Amino acid sequence: MSGTDVKPSVAPGVRLGQVSFVWRPWLVCVTLLLAAATFLVFCLSIGVGDFPIGLSRVIATILGGGERVDEFVIMDLRMPRALAGLIVGIALGVSGALTQSIARNPLASPDILGITGGAGAVSVFLVTVSGGTAAAVVSAVGLSTAALAGGLGTGLLVYFLAWRRGVDGFRLILIGISVSAMMEAITTWLLVTADIKDVARAQAWLVGSLDNRSWSEVRVALWCTLVLLAVVFCVAFQFKPMHLGDEVAAGLGVRYAMVRAVLLLCAVLLAAVGVSAAGPVPFVALVAPQVAMRLARCPTPPMVASGMVGALLLIGADLVARTALPITLPVGVVTAAIGGPFLVYLLVRANLR
Amino acid sequence: MGTTVMERPLARGTTKARRRRVVGLGTLVAVLVIAAAVSLAVGARALSPAEVWHGLFAAPDSDQRLTEIRLIVRTVRMPRTVLAIVAGIALGVGGALIQGYTRNPIADTGLLGVNSGASFTVVSVIAVFGFADPFQYVWFAFLGAAVAGVVVFGLASIGRGAGNPLTLALAGQGITVFLAAMTTAVALSDQASLNTLRFWNAGSVAGVGFDVIWPVALFIAIGLVLALTTLPALNLLNLGDDVARGLGVNIALSRTIGIAAITLLAGAATAACGPIAFLGLMVAHVARYLTGPDYRWLVPYAGLLGAVVLLLCDIVGRLVVRPGELDAGVVVALLGAPFFAALVWLGKFRSA
Repeated sequence: MSGTDVKPSVAPGVRLGQVSFVWRPWLVCVTLLLAAATFLVFCLSIGVGDFPIGLSRVIATILGGGERVDEFVIMDLRMPRALAGLIVGIALGVSGALTQSIARNPLASPDILGITGGAGAVSVFLVTVSGGTAAAVVSAVGLSTAALAGGLGTGLLVYFLAWRRGVDGFRLILIGISVSAMMEAITTWLLVTADIKDVARAQAWLVGSLDNRSWSEVRVALWCTLVLLAVVFCVAFQFKPMHLGDEVAAGLGVRYAMVRAVLLLCAVLLAAVGVSAAGPVPFVALVAPQVAMRLARCPTPPMVASGMVGALLLIGADLVARTALPITLPVGVVTAAIGGPFLVYLLVRANLR
Repeated sequence: MGTTVMERPLARGTTKARRRRVVGLGTLVAVLVIAAAVSLAVGARALSPAEVWHGLFAAPDSDQRLTEIRLIVRTVRMPRTVLAIVAGIALGVGGALIQGYTRNPIADTGLLGVNSGASFTVVSVIAVFGFADPFQYVWFAFLGAAVAGVVVFGLASIGRGAGNPLTLALAGQGITVFLAAMTTAVALSDQASLNTLRFWNAGSVAGVGFDVIWPVALFIAIGLVLALTTLPALNLLNLGDDVARGLGVNIALSRTIGIAAITLLAGAATAACGPIAFLGLMVAHVARYLTGPDYRWLVPYAGLLGAVVLLLCDIVGRLVVRPGELDAGVVVALLGAPFFAALVWLGKFRSA
């Protein structure tokens, strides 16, 4: 028996020293295109406003050079908002990709353990309660850091409340729901007792908003996201074999329990950073990995491409929210308007197969 | 050789268990009556039992103080007590039914998008028509709640996902988030509806008159009748679809009637009070702990427990920040959540 050669697979494996990966040219191409599109929309978003700046001038200013007045408007006024959109979009996209890969469910979402509820309660408290302590906290650490602390504190509270000789998944979920319900009740009560102007601001934050981001908040979000992304990319190489199943991964030397725990923790923390910076923006973490997966024709949600799609989605939604609608709405409304029907489409498609 | 027919006696614990459950039910009814009496007496102005009695039953006379008392009891406390009982029963039964039909221990009436459907319709009609009286927008709220519930359940019943609890949870969550964002969009564009929305969201049994309560109670009664007729089928459905079909249950029919009952109950309660989350979930688990998995006992227990809990939370809400008030929905979450978390931690609940 001779002459029957096995054709090489469409996606060949590549080994460079200790690292080996699958070479997917289409994925690389799509990721680069997405990055370029994100940069374009980023510049467009900066150019829009009371003082419209053309695209070429925006790009010139970002790359250094450009006029002084452009530089002031862009760097001091508009860059924080656009950067916040970029960072939160990447964080949510990667967080969603991780959660969906770990849960092996295209409809999984990274908001567990009541982090959104805790961050929401702290934010609404600081926005609606006037008085010495609230103002002092806001000026000291900034609203988004306080929200992050609130969200992480709630997550830790839920984890410790559920800990009783180890953590049982069912107990964790039930206690997470209880604590979320409590946080939402506190938020509702704060909104009832607050002044109507503060209620509008709080309600806008609660649906996901990029308004009034300051450089300090953006810096915090940026550093947190960079650190978390570094951890993710170090560990994610070990995650690929887990798509083949736990036993195969263990046989290949992957410590799958630890990898899964670390990646899940990173997903939750990335989502927490996103929520603290922009509020609970709906559907980005759900939609971005699915869109990236379909665009790049990958079997599983790709990390970098999901981040790019998340950023594109968020900045694009912000652009639409500011320009295309008769009144200015928070960005969360637009992402929900896109994401809701997309979720319905995913559900119907998954079940009609 | 003749055949001998032996009558097997019932298993030893059965009559005792049944007696215990009946006694438990009676105790709950007694607690409910006492709670209702306390609710009539307690508030920003405390009334003694004699004054409450007088307020309920005496004929009008010219004494100023007694007229005030009659006014308080009949127009303020009576409607709110009745609504708390009616809505509590509806939410308790609805919660138990949802957990039964979805076989999901974390299912709640809020899961079906009922709350957000009602909120969205309320802000929309207030923004468009400028309604201010609850009587005007409560029917739209009911309609919105019903439509949202039907849409979610329809999505979850397509093709392979039918009956899969995860699909229902995801569809419900998606629709809820979508409608919540749309609600915020409408509310942010119109200050009157934003103002009404934030009070509506707090889930209160106060401020609703009998002109709303009686029609709502009618819908809830219809929902209860539907629910009670499907309880035996629900027991069988929980043994698995194949076993149920083998035992002669018409699965599509039972599920449809069940969802109609849930939508009527949850929709009517939410339309009258605003969204009260978590009550159905908590009460269903506690009822299951008390009665076991037999839905013919679980659902009545859940209904009565729901009424007791909502009434107690309303009473507590009136007491803690006197002369102001905490809305019942807020108190349910603030008190009920830690209590529930404690029970979860003690390991009282198993996966359904």
